[in-house]
Amino acid sequence: MNERRSTTDEGDPFAALSTVDAEVDRRLHQRLVDAANAAGLLDVAYRTVDTPVGTLLLAATQKGLVRVAYASQDHDLVLEHLARDVSPRVLRAPARLDAVAREIEEYFAGRRRTFDVPLDLRLAHGFRRTVLSHLPEIGYGTTASYAAVAKASGHPKAVRAVGSACANNPLPVVVPCHRVVRSDGTIGQYVGGVEAKETLLTLEGAA
Amino acid sequence: MSQKPFEEIVAEHGPTVLRGCRAVLGPVDAEDAWSERFLAALSAYPRLRPNSNVEAWLVTIAHRKALDHVRAASRRPVVTDERPERPAKDSNPEGRESGLWEALEALPLEQRQTIAYHHLVGMPYLQVAQIVGGSQDAARRAAADGIATLRKTFSKGEPR
Repeated sequence: MNERRSTTDEGDPFAALSTVDAEVDRRLHQRLVDAANAAGLLDVAYRTVDTPVGTLLLAATQKGLVRVAYASQDHDLVLEHLARDVSPRVLRAPARLDAVAREIEEYFAGRRRTFDVPLDLRLAHGFRRTVLSHLPEIGYGTTASYAAVAKASGHPKAVRAVGSACANNPLPVVVPCHRVVRSDGTIGQYVGGVEAKETLLTLEGAA
Repeated sequence: MSQKPFEEIVAEHGPTVLRGCRAVLGPVDAEDAWSERFLAALSAYPRLRPNSNVEAWLVTIAHRKALDHVRAASRRPVVTDERPERPAKDSNPEGRESGLWEALEALPLEQRQTIAYHHLVGMPYLQVAQIVGGSQDAARRAAADGIATLRKTFSKGEPR
């Protein structure tokens, strides 16, 4: 919590009531999170996790993982969008994301090939959502072309739309849009940057 | 215009509201009250109009809850086998050792509230009056009277 103004000057008679130390801060925040969760008011819980591709933001609704974001996407901005698009009842509450964070750590340690946490795809609509639902069919360590994914999604000509579905994937890493590459074999764009895409494909032994 | 994530509201206003709670309710009940208030605020938050004065809104919620709290406390039968007069007296710096809370507690509720909202939360008297009721002048007078009493009863530090 930020101190908005200094009320702890020596001459401040209320200094004794004004000190809010980190321990009090942490305790009150935890109480709020627990009470919100119990009351069904924790609409969006979030935390971050450090990985070889940088710090990832993870956010979950009561239904499941709703957002994964790279640092380059600006986590503060992503949280603002979650407040706008899902609910403003957003709190830093790591516990709901423990299972996801563990699976992501296992994935980057090379000990996990698929994610089996519940997903909430509400941030993807229409054809984009259809595309995302087909991406898990591309197995660990393999790649597919944008054209192949377009075909699997029922619209063989919608190659560009597949590209934009991947570019707007709300759940990168977990929904593997990094496994979609160009037909000529080059790596193509990626929501977390080309370097991150290379890192993921190298980790999986696909590049 | 959309709302900020509630986490930002907690970070921005949490410490200020806690100070207000401590001044009105004392350090022991302040954290319970803070938790209740922020939960109530979280619940109502999606219905808050954009561009509202979030701090005034929080203090309004806090004020109503505080009145409930104070009323309940005054009705609560004082059955003490030995309820320590102030738990953990030695372990907590939040106004206990200094005797500041004891001095505040001796004030009439209205004085305590106007001091809390004006001097600890930092609201102008006009807003304070809108929350506690009565005129701006009455709020200013209540706070001034309270501060004058504190000057006599609370020796440590120099109340403004």
